[in-house]
Amino acid sequence: MSEAKNEVWITGIGILSAAGEGKDAHLAALSAAKPLGVDVDTFAPFVVHKLAEPEWATQISRRDMRQMEPWQQIGTYAAGLALEDAGVKDNEDLCGTMDMIVAAGGGERDEDVDTAIMAEARSTGGTDALLANKLSNDLRPTLFLAQLSNLLAGNISIVHKVTGSSRTFMGEEGAGISALQTAAARIASGQSQIALAGGGYNAERNDMLLFFSLGGFAQQDKAKPVGERTDDTDGLALGSIGAFLVLESADHAKARGAKAYAKLSPVSVGYGARDGTKETKRIADVVTKAGIADADLILSGASGVPSITAVENTVLAQSAPNTPRRSFGTLFGHGVETQFPLGVALAALAIKDAANIPPFETAESTASNGASSVLVTTVGHNRAEGAALVSALDANGSGATA
Amino acid sequence: MTMATHDHLGRPLIAITGVGVVSSLGRGKKANWDKLTAGQSGIHRIERFLTDDLKTTVAGTVDFMELERHSAPALSYALAEAASDEATEQAGLDAGEFPGPLFLASPPVEIEWQHRFELDKAIDHQGDPGYATLIEASRKGDHKNLYELLQFGRTADLLSDRYGTSGLPISLSTACASGATAVQLGVEAIRRGETEAALCVGTDGSVTMEALIRFSLLSALTTQNEDPTKAAKPFSKDRDGFVMAEGAGSLVLESVAHAQARGAKILAILRGAGEKADHFHRTRSSPDGSPVIAAVSRAIEDAGINVDDSSYVNAHGTSTPENDRMEYNSLHSVFGDRIHEVPISSNKSMIGHTLTAAGAIEAVFSVLTLQHGVIPPTINYNTPDPDIPLDVVPHIAREAKVDHILSNSFGFGGQNACLVFSKP
Repeated sequence: MSEAKNEVWITGIGILSAAGEGKDAHLAALSAAKPLGVDVDTFAPFVVHKLAEPEWATQISRRDMRQMEPWQQIGTYAAGLALEDAGVKDNEDLCGTMDMIVAAGGGERDEDVDTAIMAEARSTGGTDALLANKLSNDLRPTLFLAQLSNLLAGNISIVHKVTGSSRTFMGEEGAGISALQTAAARIASGQSQIALAGGGYNAERNDMLLFFSLGGFAQQDKAKPVGERTDDTDGLALGSIGAFLVLESADHAKARGAKAYAKLSPVSVGYGARDGTKETKRIADVVTKAGIADADLILSGASGVPSITAVENTVLAQSAPNTPRRSFGTLFGHGVETQFPLGVALAALAIKDAANIPPFETAESTASNGASSVLVTTVGHNRAEGAALVSALDANGSGATA
Repeated sequence: MTMATHDHLGRPLIAITGVGVVSSLGRGKKANWDKLTAGQSGIHRIERFLTDDLKTTVAGTVDFMELERHSAPALSYALAEAASDEATEQAGLDAGEFPGPLFLASPPVEIEWQHRFELDKAIDHQGDPGYATLIEASRKGDHKNLYELLQFGRTADLLSDRYGTSGLPISLSTACASGATAVQLGVEAIRRGETEAALCVGTDGSVTMEALIRFSLLSALTTQNEDPTKAAKPFSKDRDGFVMAEGAGSLVLESVAHAQARGAKILAILRGAGEKADHFHRTRSSPDGSPVIAAVSRAIEDAGINVDDSSYVNAHGTSTPENDRMEYNSLHSVFGDRIHEVPISSNKSMIGHTLTAAGAIEAVFSVLTLQHGVIPPTINYNTPDPDIPLDVVPHIAREAKVDHILSNSFGFGGQNACLVFSKP
């Protein structure tokens, strides 16, 4: 028994990144087609895209800021932008029934405490007694709450009063894919009318770079466009990104007179072994099912990890040889859990504004003007594949657009 | 006997056809149920690490799983696998061909101290101690195995590979409500008609020294260390915090129609789920209890039953001063004075608080309660809290006719999720 399908509209967009905050900054970034916030020094040899810091107080009180680490601040800020953009911020009744799915990793460590422990461990050994003493006495009691994965959602509830439901998905890029997939499926089926979905990611942290370095995945030494990363020292250049969407059933959006950017089709997902051949077929299936044939622009969330990025680009070129493709990681960096929400947000902006998006690198030669149907992909650097079609509202929906 | 295949709202009715569990009481349903109904505690002195300088020295760790090398994610996986082997076998599903998606409640993952110390030793100590040196070490040698271990999605990937679940496996966290949320997501997916079945699992093997200290710094843990088996005392006046614990619960959900078509035995019906988040505080509930009241009410309404139909409450009952009082007040608000006559017990008195896994383990225990007509007790209830006048089924398990069970799960970050289980 499947209920009649509701269209899923994107009625709010909140982005915070190296490009700054909000719609105009990100449309401008797409049009300028230049990498943003590239920093090759602070975390050398790794390359990161630094956050363009916003006026935090416009979304988060100083008291709440102190309770969060940067990854939560970035996400909570972007969530506030999305709610504001959808015209529902401070609408406590609506936020009190709004569903929420957040894609999250974990929070920042206290580097000073960790470093002091590692220093002492060199002379005394990494004993339980050392850990017990240092951790008990030196950790800030509330730091744990800034590290717990579900406390980004918790902070959004506290700061923005979104409390209809609250779920946090984990698992790198796949978490962002599943968050939008589930939020959209719930709306399409009538289980939900309006949902806030997205994530926050802080790239500027040593503990995170250590993690990606262990896998040999972090871009080293210099910035390169995503499609040109073919060397052993190439990989993903992490980007600090907050990206949230307000998704809404068409009826719900119309009833409250909301503007809408575009509609989101069901998210198509893939999972399985990557052995050099299986992923090629799987990614082709994922993008076909998502509707690549109907796209007049592809926004690829490719990480830049050489082998899998090459596979994705080959599949996209074969599946849609005449459709222009843009790897937005070149501009903003790779936001892991936020990558897919960011891509969908950029697609919706580009459609609404009929943006002219020049190539981000030489391989992306075909011009793109005023796309009305954008395929967004995110192929995880190590696992998980997802894609969805974002398309302009038809004549029936246009009455509700701004 | 013919059974309805759809509920009061025309949605697919959801059957539970397989369950599995591991806790500090043991591995498997039989070991757990025998000890649970005998009122035995699985809480013991921590042996995994030295506790000399810690305020809390007891936990419900699971120390009997065989791991090549201990780490929180390795144990979390082993527990989830053991519980899911039992659940899928009971459901009679072929290994490796599970007909639906995986929803896994799993603890957040991070690099552990053993790994940092090893990396620091892996290179000459020319560099200053700290992350720069760890990163330098990470760039030398092959650390792919450690990298894989530390991925947040890893446990779910391994389970998905083992059981052949469909789609992209979902790892989730709603803190101490996670296990219930995993079940809720499975319910929603089946109701949407996306799938006929779902594998819903909650696991937690994350009792490390740092994890213990983190909860201790938040004053969440009991410090009554003298007799570990008496440390967890939900609803008692002298309760002073929860006991950290480990374990896993696994449930095979499927539409009743699907279960009937393949001739599977239906153990219980998952009739309803309800949720409401709280914006009051990061660790405390709204003083008026409104979010918990809403979650409980929604679950009962979603189940299409009346408040008076509920014959047992499987409490969140953590044994913290605040939770147990708040849980009582909220239930009193929903049930009225009838709450004083409804049996309500907390298995956390015996297995401790299994955190991410708790909601799933309690779901398994709810199914066993429906099947056996026996309510597990709340042990250590020697000094009742006069402000919480509940029938907590003290000390001794009770035979009872149980038709509908409300199971509560609440977590940091304003998470509240409730489930309703019913007899087939």
